[in-house]
Amino acid sequence: MSSPRLHLHRMNWQRWLGIVIKEFIQLKRDRLTFGMILGIPIVLLLIFGFALNSDPKHLPTVVLLHESTPLTRDYVAAMQHSGYFDMIATVSTEEEADRLLDEGEVQFVVSFPPDFQRALVRGEHPAVLVQADASDPVAASGALGVLNRIGNEIFAPDLPGFHPQAPTSLIDLRVHKRYNPEGITAYNIVPGLIGVILTMTMVLMTGLAMTRERERGTFENLLATPATPLEVMSGKIIPYILIGLIQVTVILLAARFIFHVPMVGSLLLLYGVVLVFICANLTLGITFSSIAQNQLQAMQMTYFFFLPSMLLSGFMFPFRGMPQWAQYVGNCLPLTHFLQLVRGILLKGNTAGMLFHHIWPLLLFIVVVLGIGLKTFRRTLD
Amino acid sequence: MNYAIDVHGINKRFGDKHVVRDLALQVKQGEIFGFLGPNGSGKTTSIRMLCGLLTPDSGSGTCLGFDVLNESDDIKKQVGYMTQRFSLWEDLTIGENLDFVARMFGMQDRKQAVAKALDELGLKARKDQLAGTLSGGWKQRLSLASCLLHRPRLLLLDEPTAGVDPKARRDFWEDIHRLSEAGITILVSTHYMDEAERCHRLAYLAYGNLLASGTSKDIIASQQLSTWSINGGNAHRFAAALQQLPMVEQVTTFGLKLHVSGKQPELLEPALQKFASSHNLQLERSSPTLEDTFIHLMREAHDQYEN
Repeated sequence: MSSPRLHLHRMNWQRWLGIVIKEFIQLKRDRLTFGMILGIPIVLLLIFGFALNSDPKHLPTVVLLHESTPLTRDYVAAMQHSGYFDMIATVSTEEEADRLLDEGEVQFVVSFPPDFQRALVRGEHPAVLVQADASDPVAASGALGVLNRIGNEIFAPDLPGFHPQAPTSLIDLRVHKRYNPEGITAYNIVPGLIGVILTMTMVLMTGLAMTRERERGTFENLLATPATPLEVMSGKIIPYILIGLIQVTVILLAARFIFHVPMVGSLLLLYGVVLVFICANLTLGITFSSIAQNQLQAMQMTYFFFLPSMLLSGFMFPFRGMPQWAQYVGNCLPLTHFLQLVRGILLKGNTAGMLFHHIWPLLLFIVVVLGIGLKTFRRTLD
Repeated sequence: MNYAIDVHGINKRFGDKHVVRDLALQVKQGEIFGFLGPNGSGKTTSIRMLCGLLTPDSGSGTCLGFDVLNESDDIKKQVGYMTQRFSLWEDLTIGENLDFVARMFGMQDRKQAVAKALDELGLKARKDQLAGTLSGGWKQRLSLASCLLHRPRLLLLDEPTAGVDPKARRDFWEDIHRLSEAGITILVSTHYMDEAERCHRLAYLAYGNLLASGTSKDIIASQQLSTWSINGGNAHRFAAALQQLPMVEQVTTFGLKLHVSGKQPELLEPALQKFASSHNLQLERSSPTLEDTFIHLMREAHDQYEN
């Protein structure tokens, strides 16, 4: 008697080929997956190859100048020439300079004291004050490194007669790292994580909300009722707003008590902008949900949105280090603005008025995306 | 005459597939109207167009007095639509499902309506049970209850009894007749002949075309079939041979009997008598049933549209 044997390792090539062909056919039919397979490597190549730069150059800088003299002009020109600094303006008051730094318009403020040229010529080692926005420690470090060199390289050739025995440094360069003087990366990362986590979870959860109904067949029942698209879409996002606020609270508690992130600004304001940001992500998710045919497609769309959000928003790499086109893309992402908002409030103590230029893009995003969502919401099964 | 549904020239294409062709339908208020036809004949698509879930490509008409093309919001409020597949929320309880639907229709007396529905269903004790855990028959009853909740004037039922046991099917049809007596118009699609015979009037669809409509008597008469029934021995073994006889349009099996139908009785009868006596079978003149008629319609449609 022979016992029946299981041929676990036998290959029937006919069957095998059948399975291969079936998979190819299904892949071909699923256009979105196919698009993702081609799209994701291209997007990643573009982002990592061209957009990301951990030694950012062309950082916006203002000069606080009490008098314009040939030597200060030389110094400013040399900074610009180094490639690290883009001189976007010259201001004459400290308040003006502070405001630009607080609002994140500039990365550096370079201040020359009154009578700088005279003091320099007299060999008094006048102080040059460089204030850096160090809320993202990586962004500023490369630029600060070159500053020290510039002074001597510029001024030494101009002043050989006056300074026969030139000291090691002609000027007294003082660097103030503002907002995060110790350069603790957690101060930058942890607030940023609020945005990243919200982006991930909010878009994904609502992304599945409508496609789940469609897949289970319950959507047909919902459509047979007089419910309007606005009722359905807004009704579906409400519970997630609450979940989002709970997530934020958890992260904030961890930031405060585990990472000791400073919280300079108003918590109420922070929750206010968090609410706007949550809404932006939820409207996007619900719109994905009404475009996607099934839950898998909704997840793929979420991933496709999440990737550039992580990389181009200034979360993982300094925003200012990216080329202009990548910054344009980044400015379309809610996370970019939210990072500025959350860092502005927690680390810099920004007030509502100062943040408006990062709040309106979020509101615009909500309006545009919700518009698309309501337009694509199919009230019929066509 | 007041029609609950009165549409004509309705067309619907999906891509290059013409799913519904020039559908014209008149359903009187308070009647039970049966919708029959093979799978893929456009029944579900037609029903979905009537309640605004699909937009017709062309055509016009009214449903409960509202324009089917532009006033689907008004139609939805007064129509109860029961989908072919169970489409209530399986992860909600019975009570929660009914409550949700009542809210969707903006019912003022929501709580009483839900309580009443639960009472009538006999599900009061099980109202906290998840809908997904119900058996097929109960799911069907819950679906019917949920689409009756907002007191619609018109019920659209898409194969409501598919996969339901005979007892539950019988109970279901008793409910349907009660509702019809209360003045509710009912359009119901089905594959079952016994259900078709319980409808006041019928329409038969195939390949997107309305092939016949009227009472079951009208439809049977319209095809001018003459039918004999053949009994005895293993009658069903002769089906293929009978089919070969001239003038035989179709042979259908009914249990152990055969129904042989044709359109020229004077020529068919002698041929059948000869066949029966030579094979020792009993021949008996009978009248064509609804099923004979539908099979005939389906065959003609197949010849006309498929080739």
